[in-house]
Amino acid sequence: MSAIKIKLRENDLKQLKEVCESFNNDPGELINVLHKAQGIFGYLPAEVQEVVAQELKVPVAKVYGVVTFYSFFTMVPRGKYPISVCTGTACYVRGAEKVLDEFKRILKVPVGETTSDGKFSIAGLRCVGACGLAPVVLVGDKTYGRVAPDGVKEILKEYEDK
Amino acid sequence: MEKMKIKIDNRVVEVEEGTTILEAARKIDIDIPTLCYMNLGDMGIEHKPGGCRICVVEVEGRRNLAPSCATDCHDGMEVKTHSIRVLNARRTVMELMLSDHPFECLTCAKSGNCDLQSMAIKFGIREVPYEGEKSTYKPDTSPSILRDMDKCIMCRRCEKMCNEVQTVGVLSGINRGFESVVAPAFERNLDHSECTYCGQCVAVCPTAALTEVDHTNQVLRALADPTKTVVVQTAPAVRAALGEEFGMEPGTLVTGKMVAALKQLEFDYVFDTDFAADLTIMEEGAEILGRLGKFLSGDKSVKLPVLTSCCPGWVNFFEYHFSDMLDIPSTARSPQQMFGAIAKTYFAEKIKKDRKDMVVVSIMPCVAKKYECTREEFATDNNPDVDFSISTRELANLIKRANIDFNKLPDEEFDGPMGESTGASVIFGTTGGVIEAATRSAYEMHTGKKLEKVDFDQLRGMEGIREATVDFDGFPLKIGIAHGLGNARKLLEDIRAGKSEFHAIEIMACPGGCIGGGGQPLHHGNSAILKARQKAIYQEDAGKPIRKSHENPSIIKLYEDFLGEPMSEKAHHLLHTRYFGRARQIVIETDVKEE
Ligand code: SF4
Ligand code: SF4
Ligand code: SF4
Ligand code: FES
Repeated sequence: MSAIKIKLRENDLKQLKEVCESFNNDPGELINVLHKAQGIFGYLPAEVQEVVAQELKVPVAKVYGVVTFYSFFTMVPRGKYPISVCTGTACYVRGAEKVLDEFKRILKVPVGETTSDGKFSIAGLRCVGACGLAPVVLVGDKTYGRVAPDGVKEILKEYEDK
Repeated sequence: MEKMKIKIDNRVVEVEEGTTILEAARKIDIDIPTLCYMNLGDMGIEHKPGGCRICVVEVEGRRNLAPSCATDCHDGMEVKTHSIRVLNARRTVMELMLSDHPFECLTCAKSGNCDLQSMAIKFGIREVPYEGEKSTYKPDTSPSILRDMDKCIMCRRCEKMCNEVQTVGVLSGINRGFESVVAPAFERNLDHSECTYCGQCVAVCPTAALTEVDHTNQVLRALADPTKTVVVQTAPAVRAALGEEFGMEPGTLVTGKMVAALKQLEFDYVFDTDFAADLTIMEEGAEILGRLGKFLSGDKSVKLPVLTSCCPGWVNFFEYHFSDMLDIPSTARSPQQMFGAIAKTYFAEKIKKDRKDMVVVSIMPCVAKKYECTREEFATDNNPDVDFSISTRELANLIKRANIDFNKLPDEEFDGPMGESTGASVIFGTTGGVIEAATRSAYEMHTGKKLEKVDFDQLRGMEGIREATVDFDGFPLKIGIAHGLGNARKLLEDIRAGKSEFHAIEIMACPGGCIGGGGQPLHHGNSAILKARQKAIYQEDAGKPIRKSHENPSIIKLYEDFLGEPMSEKAHHLLHTRYFGRARQIVIETDVKEE
């Protein structure tokens, strides 16, 4: 019955409003605004979507509809080391799925989510064009080629003390 | 416009440019099944997303089958609507849709009234060869509406109503592919959104994905409880639609049969919300005249126009979207709530009952009224003025469950005193009716003259926004009318911008007003039904011996014995309300430290 309150930090709000303004608060630019916002915050939490909705004068349900429709938008913060496993055809054929499963098993999070310590997040990835190295895994900016399921532990070990 | 000839199933039909194959076929009574398509012509609402592909037809010279609802005719086109290829394609579409649908027809709230079920029957579906994973979602219960997205077929009609017709924008298609569904933002429940509970999404949903919250069992329990005195009130629009649930022609008035059925269901007192509608006119009329008088004498603290406030869907809408203008609507409660307040005070005293031993049930064309019953300001010591509100559809279910042969019931009369009403109160059920009723009384109160003609034709009709000027003995009273929240928004934005010249505005949330309410028998996309109901309402008005609210003898007595006069302190306490600003607020969070 009472009004819905959306809490935001002052600086974040200011930045977001600037982004919206840079697109003239044009509802037709919704996707671009969201893209830019995700660039700043790393993800699109509900509060960010609320502000975008208010500034662009579109229903927040619509904004959420767009965010959930496009896979490049995410509502959960990515981990410090985002892990991407290529699921393009070549990688798939060479067992990328098993590698992905192994990451999920060890880190105990599904695809699209982040470990509770905020360190890792897992995502599937379309072909990265490194098919010669299939299956390919990216951790942050670092590329690992010809990864087998039993190599997953070793990769994660590299980040243990970081 | 250019005319063209096309051939459908070997029959020639002449159509205008821009006509779809579906429309052309319907013109010559060729039936093409549809699911996602919806056309409420009289309301100017058309939805043709071309999504479900149940309506496909074969067009000569084209490789692919075409969705007839979204494909325009071309001159010389030849169409087949039931070739083997078409029938097979439709069956496949149907089977795929059913493969992700729960098989719960026996116990489903929509059974017997579901477009998907009717289609399955029509296609003679006996098995579903595709066995797939079924999508599941958490059910969402609010005070008025139940969402069960497992039954959603993604026709997106609800989204159309909520976004484009009502401009509330609570529902949106989310996710993609197999997971796609229609939901409020962040998949929160409806009661965490700006939903007005107008129920227009429910009214168009072809399946049981969206239904009203069912209160029939609570009502039956109250009726069975010997310690409770159960009082029922029936809204004006119910009597013009209830018959449809029993196979009668749309527009059949069933007032007497409805009363008889309620008596058979053993309600202790069968009263009429129309009585309370007359009361609303006394209060709202006095308020309009009071505000108008002050305004004209130059009092700057008074704002015009006065907006009617008897529609709870509309009240929710302005509390969310126009919270800067809460002083403009009339403070008069809705007739449902006025009834409850009087029943549990004045009438309770009369029959010497404590309000706690009384149960007030309302029969409404509306699902927003369910929510309205839960508002705290309409309760005394946690005891609500109206305990349960059930829809026209729910009443029909109760009657069927009790095995009452509705069509054969003799006509019966409402009980007194709260069953007495005038023609003015009946027309509350249609767009234009509340303001016409108010005009009839306000005119006589203001001018001291008797109206020669009580019908104000200039206020009637179905256009979404209407305006009229009524001559108040030399003073031109400017009246605005809007139905459907999208239309209301336009009038409200004019007021906000200082561009409105109206003195009084009537607003109803549902297209057509309460006759098209979210709790009425489903129109299944046929908007002619609403017109028939409207006609019935005016017919009932014309047949009433008394047609002005202030001449209702039971209302006059209520003021004499209990309330004093309109806008008295007692009347204020029992019959008026206040509004709450509920706009979304963005607040700065200060207690979070920067990392
Ligand atoms: S009840 Fe009305 S406001 Fe609420 S979701 Fe349905 S159409 Fe939208
Ligand atoms: S909830 Fe009903 S109206 Fe809305 S998309 Fe699903 S099936 Fe269609
Ligand atoms: S127009 Fe009537 S049925 Fe519709 S929400 Fe308002 S009161 Fe209810
Ligand atoms: S009815 Fe034509 S595509 Fe659904």
